Amino acid sequence: MAEMTLRVFRGDENGGQTVDYQVPVAPGMVVLDALHYIQGHMAPDLAVRWNCKAGKCGSCSAEVNGRPRLTCKTRMDDLPKDQPVTVVPMRAFPIIKDLVTDVSWNYQVNRKIPPFQPKAGVEWKMYQSDIDRVQEFRKCIECFLCQNVCHVLRDHHKKEAFGGPRFFVRTAGLEMHPLDGVNRTALLKDELGIGLCNITKCCTEVCPEEIHITDNAIIPLKERVVDQFYDPFTMMVRKIFGAK
Amino acid sequence: MSTNYETREHDVLIIGAGGAGLRAAIEALAQAASVGVVCKSLLGKAHTVMAEGGIAAAMANVDAADSWKTHFRDTMRGGKLLNNWRMAQLHAQEAPDRVRELEQWGALFDRTETGDILQRAFGGHTFKRLCHVGDRTGLEMIRTLQDRGVQQGFDVFMECTVTRLLTDGKRITGAFAYWRESGRFIVFKAKAVVIATGGIGKAWRVTSNSWEYTADGMALAYEAGAELMDMEFVQFHPTGMVWPPGVQGLLVTEAVRGEGGILRNKNGERFMEKYDPKRMELSTRDVVARSIYTEVKEGRGTEHGGAYLDISHQPADYVKKKLPSMYHQFKELADVDITKGPMEVGPTCHYMMGGIRVEAETAQSSVPGLFAAGEAAAGLHGANRLGGNSLSDLLVFGRRAGLAAAAHASKVSYAAINSAQIEESEKELLAPFANTGGESPYAVHRDLQVVMQDLVGIYRTEQDLMKALGELEKLSDRAAKCGVEGTRMFNPGWHLSRELKSMLLISEAVARAALARRESRGAHSRIDYPNLDETWGKKNNIIVQDGGTMTRRESPTSPMPADLQEIVAQE
Repeated sequence: MAEMTLRVFRGDENGGQTVDYQVPVAPGMVVLDALHYIQGHMAPDLAVRWNCKAGKCGSCSAEVNGRPRLTCKTRMDDLPKDQPVTVVPMRAFPIIKDLVTDVSWNYQVNRKIPPFQPKAGVEWKMYQSDIDRVQEFRKCIECFLCQNVCHVLRDHHKKEAFGGPRFFVRTAGLEMHPLDGVNRTALLKDELGIGLCNITKCCTEVCPEEIHITDNAIIPLKERVVDQFYDPFTMMVRKIFGAK
Repeated sequence: MSTNYETREHDVLIIGAGGAGLRAAIEALAQAASVGVVCKSLLGKAHTVMAEGGIAAAMANVDAADSWKTHFRDTMRGGKLLNNWRMAQLHAQEAPDRVRELEQWGALFDRTETGDILQRAFGGHTFKRLCHVGDRTGLEMIRTLQDRGVQQGFDVFMECTVTRLLTDGKRITGAFAYWRESGRFIVFKAKAVVIATGGIGKAWRVTSNSWEYTADGMALAYEAGAELMDMEFVQFHPTGMVWPPGVQGLLVTEAVRGEGGILRNKNGERFMEKYDPKRMELSTRDVVARSIYTEVKEGRGTEHGGAYLDISHQPADYVKKKLPSMYHQFKELADVDITKGPMEVGPTCHYMMGGIRVEAETAQSSVPGLFAAGEAAAGLHGANRLGGNSLSDLLVFGRRAGLAAAAHASKVSYAAINSAQIEESEKELLAPFANTGGESPYAVHRDLQVVMQDLVGIYRTEQDLMKALGELEKLSDRAAKCGVEGTRMFNPGWHLSRELKSMLLISEAVARAALARRESRGAHSRIDYPNLDETWGKKNNIIVQDGGTMTRRESPTSPMPADLQEIVAQE
C-alpha cells in the first residue's frame, strides 16, 4: 500500500513543533482517517476532535496544507503525494493541545443572541418558499471554519467587538424566520459589530455546507442596520424630534 | 495521588447532550430545578446531529387517516410485540405535541403546500409520518434544543466524562467525572441523575456510530445496581456505505428509500420482492438488513460486497433538495453522483434497542433517583426499532425523564458524598499511567470490534456466542493491563482505556442475553433457532449485577390491556 507523510502539529499553549508520521493510504481515505491511524498505531495521545466523520457535526476542523478544512471531508488522494501533508490547528483560536483549540468564545457569543420568539397571536402556518432562505442558514454545522478565516478575528483579534460570520448566519436565521417577532438590529450593530465586516467573502469560501454567508446573510443584515440606524431621513427625524 | 477535585451541585444532573439529554434538561429547568448537563463532546455535536430521515409523529398532515393508534400499532409490530406497550402508547400519543413544541421553539421543518409540517414515508410506518428537514433533521432538532436550553440557563460541562455514579447504597448521590482538557477531576452532587448517553455502536467494526458510543451510561447504571433489559437487540441499519474502505459503515439515510430508492443485487434483480413483497424497500430495518446480508452471502452482492441502492430515477433537483447531504457524501467521499447512478450499501451497526430498564411514565430505573432516556433506555422499541421513532423517543421520554427527575429532586436533599468511592474512582482512572509499556488501548479496541462483528453480528449461533464470551474475557484481561502514553491533558488513549471497560462490560451483557434467547425475533437472528418462540415473546431478558458478577434472569412482560390488543390486531 502506498504511504504518505503527515506533518502534524504536536504541542500546547507553551509551544510545540510538527512531527512527521508515515501513514499507509487506502482508497478514499480522508485526513481524519490518517490521524486516526496515527492515534491507533503511533501516538495514542494525539489530541483530535471528531464525532460523525461524515461532515455533519463540524468537530474536526483544522488547517490542511494551509487550507481550513474539515479533515473528515478532505481526501488524501486530492492532496499532492510528493510532499508531506501538513495538519495544524485552527489559528484563530487558542490552542489546547495538538489539533484541539479552545472554541468556547463562540458559545459565549451565541448566548448574546435573543432566541426565537414568535409574534403575538401567530398562526403556525409557513410556506416552503418563505423558509427556503432560512433553511440555508440552519444548515450550519458550527465547524467554526468561517470564524477561523475571518480576518477581523484571525488577524485583528477583535473577539470583544465582533461576533463573526457564524453568528451573523445564526442571527440571519432568526431575523428572517417568517414568524419571529424580535428585532436584533441593535445587537448586530453594537454587540456583534457587523460594521467591521468588509465583505471579503473568506468565510463563504471555506464553508463546507456551501452557505452563501456573505451574500445571503451578512449583506442583508448590514442593510437592515443601515435602514434602521443610518437612513438619512430617519436620522433627521430623530434629530428634530429626539425620537429613538 | 491527587485528591484535588472541584465540586458542583445540581438538583438534576444530566449525562449526555443529545436530543434526550437536552430535552430532559429543558423540562427539568421548566420545573425550576437547577440543571447541569455533562457531555463528552462539545455542545451540539452529539450523535443526534447524524439523524437524517425525520421524527415519527402521527400529525396526519399528509395522510389524514393517520392517528396515534396506527403509530402505536406500527411500533409494536415493528418491535415484534416485545415493546413495553405503555411506552409505545405514550410515545405515539405524545410525539405530535413534542414536534409542535420544536416548531414553537424555532425549528423549521419542510412544509406541505398548505403550510404545515411535511411528512415522508419510512420503513414500517403505514402512513407518511416523518417530519423532516431534507436529510438533516437531527441537526435541526439538536440546534433548536441546544439554543432553548442555553437561553433557559443550564450549566453545561463540555468535554467532561463521567466515569462513575456515586451512591449511598440506596440512591444516587452524584457522579465522578474528569475534564478532558486538563485531566482534572470533578465531583457532581446531585439529587437526581438522568442518563442520556446513547448506545454501544463503537464496539462493532462496521458501524454508523462515532467514538462517543461506548455504552458508558449503560455501564454506569449497571455498576450502580440498575437493571439492563433486552440487550440482545442490536439494530443493524440496512444501508451503510461499503466503499471506499475509509467510509465503510457511514450511514445512508432510510430517507433514500422513503423518497423512492430501489434496492437491487448485482444481477439487477429487485430482491426485496423475495423477502417482503408487500412493503418492499420500506420493510422494517431488521428484514432489509438480513435481505441484503443474504444476497451478498449467496453471491449476488456488488463488487465491494453490498447491494445497489438507486434513487437516480427521481429528478436530479428533487434528489438534491430532499437528500442534500447524501448527494454530497457520495460525491465527495465515493466519487458517485447519486442523481446519475446507484450507491453501494450494506448493513452497519446502528442502534441498541436494549438498555437501562425504566418505568414507562417516569423513565426511572430500578435505582431510585436514576433516570434514563433515549437509546440508553430500553423498552419502547422492543426487538426492532422503526426509523424515525428514535428522534420522537428522545423528545417524548427525554421530557418525561426531566419532569420526573425534577419531581424526585424536589422531594429529597443532597446526600453526603462517600469519599471512598471518589478515591476508588481516581485510582481506577489513573491506573493505566502506571502500566508503563502496556499495550495500547487502541489495539484492544480493534480486536473487540472484530469479535463483536464476527461473532455477535446480524446472524448468531450458540457456538459463536460462546466463543465471543471467551474472547471478551481475554480482552478484559488485556484491557486491565493497557498502558497510556503522555500526560493527562486531552489524551484520547487514556480516554479510550476507560471507555474500553464500559464497552467490554456491556458487550458481555449483549452476548449473554443473545445466547439465552433461543429464538429469532426482530433484530436478534439465531441460525440455530430461526423461528419466533411464543414463550420468549412474553419474556424480557434482564442483566443485573449480583454480588459483583453479571447475572441474567427472565422477567415476564406485562400483559397488554384489551383495548390496546385490539388496536394491534387491526388490519
